[in-house]
Amino acid sequence: MRPASILLTAVTGLLWGVTAMVVIGVTLTLITGEVALPQATAAGLAGLLGALVFVWRRPAAGAGGAPAWSYCAVVVFLVLMLASFAAPFSLPLSAAPVWQGLALIVFIAGVTAAIRLCLSDARFDAMSRYEREVIYIRIARGIGFVVFTIIVALPFYVMVMTSLKSQQALLANPLDLSIDVSQGLSGLVRSYVELFTQFNFGRYLMVSAFVSVATVVLTLLLSVPGAYAVSRLRFPGQALLARSVLLIYMVPAIVLVIPLYAVFSQMGLRNTLTGLLIVYPATTIPVALYMLQGYFRGLPAELEEAGLMDGLSRIGVILKITLPLSLPALASVSLYVFMIAWNEFLFAFMFLDNPDIFTLSRGVVSLNSSEVPRQHLMAGAVIATVPVLFIFLWFERFLVQGLTAGSVKG
Amino acid sequence: MSAESRQPVSEGPPKGIGPMQRREMWLAYLMLAPTFIIILLIVAGPLLANFWISVKPVQLGDLRPPAVLVNERLRGSPEAAGDSATLEYRLRNSSRDEEIRDVVLKDEVPAGFTVTGLPEVCELSGSMLSCTIGTVEPGWRDRLRLEGTVSEAFLAASRPERASTPEVSGEANNVLTNFEFTLENFSRIFNADEFWSVLRVTFYYTIFGTGGALVLGLFAAQLLHTSFPGRGFLRGLFLFPYVSPVIAVAFTWVVLFDPFSGTLNALLTKMGVVSDPINFFGQRAIEFSLFGIPLEFPLALTTVIAFEAWRYFPLSFLFILARMQSINTDMYEAAEMDGATPMQQFWYLSLPQLMGILSVLFLLRFIWTFNKFDDIFLLTGGNAGTRTLTVDVYEQGFALSNLGAGAAVAVVVFVVLVTFATLFIRFSPKEEGL
Repeated sequence: MRPASILLTAVTGLLWGVTAMVVIGVTLTLITGEVALPQATAAGLAGLLGALVFVWRRPAAGAGGAPAWSYCAVVVFLVLMLASFAAPFSLPLSAAPVWQGLALIVFIAGVTAAIRLCLSDARFDAMSRYEREVIYIRIARGIGFVVFTIIVALPFYVMVMTSLKSQQALLANPLDLSIDVSQGLSGLVRSYVELFTQFNFGRYLMVSAFVSVATVVLTLLLSVPGAYAVSRLRFPGQALLARSVLLIYMVPAIVLVIPLYAVFSQMGLRNTLTGLLIVYPATTIPVALYMLQGYFRGLPAELEEAGLMDGLSRIGVILKITLPLSLPALASVSLYVFMIAWNEFLFAFMFLDNPDIFTLSRGVVSLNSSEVPRQHLMAGAVIATVPVLFIFLWFERFLVQGLTAGSVKG
Repeated sequence: MSAESRQPVSEGPPKGIGPMQRREMWLAYLMLAPTFIIILLIVAGPLLANFWISVKPVQLGDLRPPAVLVNERLRGSPEAAGDSATLEYRLRNSSRDEEIRDVVLKDEVPAGFTVTGLPEVCELSGSMLSCTIGTVEPGWRDRLRLEGTVSEAFLAASRPERASTPEVSGEANNVLTNFEFTLENFSRIFNADEFWSVLRVTFYYTIFGTGGALVLGLFAAQLLHTSFPGRGFLRGLFLFPYVSPVIAVAFTWVVLFDPFSGTLNALLTKMGVVSDPINFFGQRAIEFSLFGIPLEFPLALTTVIAFEAWRYFPLSFLFILARMQSINTDMYEAAEMDGATPMQQFWYLSLPQLMGILSVLFLLRFIWTFNKFDDIFLLTGGNAGTRTLTVDVYEQGFALSNLGAGAAVAVVVFVVLVTFATLFIRFSPKEEGL
């Protein structure tokens, strides 16, 4: 028996008890709308004792007894109920009993599983530094998973759920992020219907799609020949050019905004989609060119030389050999450029005043006023996010390649 | 054959550019030309133009050049053919500060209107009226009256004077293109009290935003390095903040952190963590004292930095993960044999291997965070002590309508950026080759 080992076991249990209780309590609150005050102390104590029991029973489990984790689960349950006077979430039993029961089960299962995973090699005897560090890292990883998942998912959850609420429900209880089935399907999607009928979002969606696709087409048309020239043809200034392409996407957009605003205003290009379609490709071409030339370099030059030998022109070689071979690269460049154009905010905001040609980004900004209720703003955000997330999930492999190859366009 | 022409053969490969290579060169230039032109017009041109605007006293209103505005009306009420009527042009200089030179009005006299009396500045050739007005003062107004008689056809037509629009030409000083320069924009921004605090906020935001994103990314990459069921799903989820439109995630954060109806504040107050809701994006600082020393915690700035780290950690995560997966595992096996603990393996093996990508990421993200405008603008609008240089460009140029001052701030942005870029290029590790 070593006090340090016991302490480590106890702290592991304590940490997991508290973490699980806070997370589950908050989740319960957000799902049911009932304010659950998670009994963190009781949960910590339950986790602590559960962990100790688990490590104590573990050597015995191999010798035919019940598995150690079952003891652990029972202890966690009993201690939690005793220490919190049978109200682990400080809620009366009548408030959302099904959800409370479920939360209790999830808590016990979660804490037990976490303890079992973290302490599967733990002993009360002296442990080596290696064994201790394995436990530290398991704890850190476990808590890391929980924290990261929550911080990433929570805003998106809030976004979707807020957009499905009514104004009264939002004001009455901002904690209630459940789906209120009683208002029916038409009540749930009311914000979306209003956005599409009264706020012209159907049109914004079309404009955004048009602008993004046109940007992709223009970018590819211009950057494919450029990338080919940089990667395959020899000419003075080639190396310099290949390197300076990267410098262009370090130029901040905000520095370009004032002169472009001034010039476009005087030329009558400011409040037009043509203006946007001049600016967007200019910002995406350097990235596209950089990504494509990297890929073109990796293609075997012999194939192209064979094509040249057989009498194809350079243009023929590009169209019939290089491009078909680089379809994956073209796909990831297209998706990446589409994403940049779809998400672009600054130029759309500065250039577009006419609601007939708003892109989605610009349209959502116009919802950000005190007269428009918040669920409309969130519904607008969902409408802007869903297409790009859908494309991302569908083509994730290509897009991840694009993100890493396009490095750090921001 | 003379000896001279044979000489190059003996000296090895030919020097200079042969015809084949010359053709290749021109082809390359041709293929690069469109890219080159559009970059020149939309990136390099505006960059230079920005310097130009920064030394000019340009207001937002000056973008509409001064012009003579004209309004054409028929006076008198002719009822029968042969009645007299007056065609009146009302003219006005739209600018109150600029004169307009060589003003000429041209119009077509409506069909059926027979001119009997002309103002002396005007001439009539056929039905074309041309009035040479000359130079007009700022704020000038005048009327030109054409006396005449009308015909039956004129009376029958509806508003025949509208058939042709009068055209006025003239030249005015365009404040954007003349050669008057001033340093007032720069003196204005450097003398403003808030400029140095803006600069300080910019550096806090850039350094901590970049650092936060890197640390979170490193941690996330450690989590997803080992394989387990659901790993692909989690990797996709972790990229959500980065691929979603900034507008959507920024407004979601604003709604989530809202002091009156936001979920987070409701959670904190109802659970008794804090007594009053916290205005995360609206409160400049929280005062507290540590060992009797009064200190301020910049709340809004911290929240904005947290957003920055949250939104951009996926990018560093992707890069670090890709790099980690390319590290040879033999090394770890050897370390394991030698009894290195997991922490030691991370500290002495992984981290040195990742140092290259980490520093490249830091440099590039640093520049990008420095350039960032959208995030802060959407979250706080630059209020509550979160105004960075880029937001200040907008504030000066568009909110205060002083384009010149905005451009001057943009020049500061650019100069700082070039300084960083030069430092980074000098000190950046070469082997990662980005």
